[in-house]
Amino acid sequence: MPLEEKQQDRREFITDAVRTTGVVAVVGSGGFLAGRRTEGEPMVWQLDPDKCTACGNCATYCVLDVSAVKCFNAFDMCGFCDICTGYFEMDYKSLDTAAENQACPTGAILREFVEEKSGQRYYEYTIDEPLCIGCGKCVEGCALMNGSLYLQVEHDRCLDCNECAIATACPTEAFYRVPASQAEILKRRAATVLNARGKQMERVAGDDESKRREADALLARTAKQRDWREKQALEDANRRPSDG
Amino acid sequence: MVSARCSVGAIVSGWHRVRSGGQAFAAAPRSFSVLLIPFACLAFATMANAADVIPVPEFTDHEVPISMPAAGDHSGWEWLNVGLLVVALSLASYFALVNRSRRGLFLLAVASLAWFGFIRGGCICPIGATQNVTLAIFDGTYAIPWTVVAIFVLPLVYTLFFGRTFCSSVCPLGAIQEIVAVRPVRVPSWVDHTLGLVPYLYLGLAVLYAATGTAFIICRYDPFVSMFRLSGNVNMLVFGGALLVLGVFVGRPYCRYLCPYGAILGVLSKGSKWHAKIAPEKCITCHLCENSCPYGAISAPSSPPPKSERAAARRQLAQMIVLAPVLILLGLFVGRLLATPLSKLDPDVRLAERIILEDSGDVEDTTDASDAFRNTGQPKAELFASALSIQQRFKTLGMLIGGWFGFVIAVKLISLSLKRKRTDYQPDPSRCVSCARCYWYCPGEQVRLGIIGDVSELVELNVEKPTALETTP
Ligand code: SF4
Ligand code: SF4
Ligand code: SF4
Ligand code: SF4
Ligand code: SF4
Repeated sequence: MPLEEKQQDRREFITDAVRTTGVVAVVGSGGFLAGRRTEGEPMVWQLDPDKCTACGNCATYCVLDVSAVKCFNAFDMCGFCDICTGYFEMDYKSLDTAAENQACPTGAILREFVEEKSGQRYYEYTIDEPLCIGCGKCVEGCALMNGSLYLQVEHDRCLDCNECAIATACPTEAFYRVPASQAEILKRRAATVLNARGKQMERVAGDDESKRREADALLARTAKQRDWREKQALEDANRRPSDG
Repeated sequence: MVSARCSVGAIVSGWHRVRSGGQAFAAAPRSFSVLLIPFACLAFATMANAADVIPVPEFTDHEVPISMPAAGDHSGWEWLNVGLLVVALSLASYFALVNRSRRGLFLLAVASLAWFGFIRGGCICPIGATQNVTLAIFDGTYAIPWTVVAIFVLPLVYTLFFGRTFCSSVCPLGAIQEIVAVRPVRVPSWVDHTLGLVPYLYLGLAVLYAATGTAFIICRYDPFVSMFRLSGNVNMLVFGGALLVLGVFVGRPYCRYLCPYGAILGVLSKGSKWHAKIAPEKCITCHLCENSCPYGAISAPSSPPPKSERAAARRQLAQMIVLAPVLILLGLFVGRLLATPLSKLDPDVRLAERIILEDSGDVEDTTDASDAFRNTGQPKAELFASALSIQQRFKTLGMLIGGWFGFVIAVKLISLSLKRKRTDYQPDPSRCVSCARCYWYCPGEQVRLGIIGDVSELVELNVEKPTALETTP
């Protein structure tokens, strides 16, 4: 009996030691992991419009019934065209806005007349977000013109799946995680034109405090894009197999 | 040649024709698509030079809007989830170990299933968080949120103290299977032990793919998440449904034969400070509980082999220990062979193979990915080089996986040939999920609940098993 008790004691001692080590290791490494990344922030999925080919997978693969991916118009890149190739079907039957002439299957693009100048009619194309299913049909069309229409993940709809179903289906690997504050990935050109617009706003703002703030916000947004792109390029360069 | 015809001047003049000829154009709309050809070139030209595009008009009285996707805020939800996880883990441990309430555990399982499963969409869960943690360890640029670390670590810590109470009624995947396990049959123990190795292999693969940033396979092949979200991948919905149907007869098939997190919890649970016990006080070895566990987790009493067989048993153990390095080496070898199929999950490798197939004319059609790749006009050499280097990396990784699996099998064989002395019926800590189903079968439990006065009242009824009486002290 005493021998068995001794064995019992020893076994308990060992398991106690192992467990304590386990707790310390688990909590310690967890703390370390989280602590090492205090500068890190939650990551969200976003798609890179420069890589997107508007293949349509966004609409079909998102786990949400209506995709979390929506179309946006970079108005500063838009030509406000009369014949918007994102708005009209490629082989439309007549130049009116009847459903059969529209590229968008859900009629989510709103076309609004802005003004006529020297015989040229200008229209603005905005996206009715709730109607857009993120199919990219308009994006594909606009790629033939200015390419101002582009897809982005709406973060207030996206579930931030641990493994985004679109990311695995995207043929061009346009889907990746970005820090939550990054929010968007602008096309390179969109970032450039927005930056120019910000500078212009800043110039004309003068003493107008609110205009100044608007300009600053825009410049900050484009600066963030630029930094992000630079970081991406650096990482890409590091990841690429060295030829040495 | 083509690029010469696509000169910017031609495009612009083409554009002006379209623009000014709006009316004429409406009359002959078909010609539009012909005119579009230069615009295809324009699309590429825009990438090169910002000046080539149709300029934004100067409006007299219209401000050009700015659009931006919404910013989401998920962090609040995540902290709530961590808080609820702590509450649920504490409740589950209390129900399983102190209060010994099957009903409490069942209700908690329903609540967890509702919240962590259906309301929160089953994401993110500790099982999947394994991959985020792995990626964070291997990729310095991946920022892992505190909450994900907490969600991964908390069940581990609770398991070190109380056994797998997370599995009993907190994990939504476990809960959904727990609820359907109504007609469990006994799985032959050799099947149980063999299939029970799969989670370790799966864990190894998941870690490998997460570490390389290739994919989060646990999430991709999560059978219940589509169910929780009532949408998503149809194949996974079917797989989940099939598992649930199977789960009516084979208790918790996903937990026992697939779940990689369960594998970690099982190992940790072996050293848990406290653990669910079948008999509240002392086991009287009446073996009434023996077949009550739907998950085959009850170990019967065992004694070391008699003196005459001890030498043989020792020899067997020695053989297994000698076999261990052989198994690991074999694993390394097989793993290396598997490297190529393993690397196929990487999109670059898949794309490169596809391009080669298409170029050699072995396949007629093209895929979205190959079309996209060709459209961007990236050099193929770069893609092939990258695919090759990925495959090279998978050679090492494949060996690691193979070695790991050899190690797992070796440990299993050694542990099977270790004969421990056990005097009473006990849950096997690594397999028991503390579901409390077996408690009810123990006469001691009936005494505790005040249903009977003494264990003898129940054990005497057990006429077919007189041995039970003999072993009663
Ligand atoms: S799946 Fe990728 S390429 Fe296709 S539309 Fe979405 S982002 Fe674009
Ligand atoms: S992405 Fe599809 S649904 Fe959305 S506006 Fe464009 S065409 Fe319409
Ligand atoms: S993370 Fe999920 S919800 Fe968001 S876009 Fe991807 S699949 Fe859709
Ligand atoms: S074994 Fe896995 S799936 Fe089953 S309850 Fe435990 S953690 Fe959940
Ligand atoms: S508590 Fe009992 S019935 Fe439940 S898994 Fe553990 S041994 Fe099996």
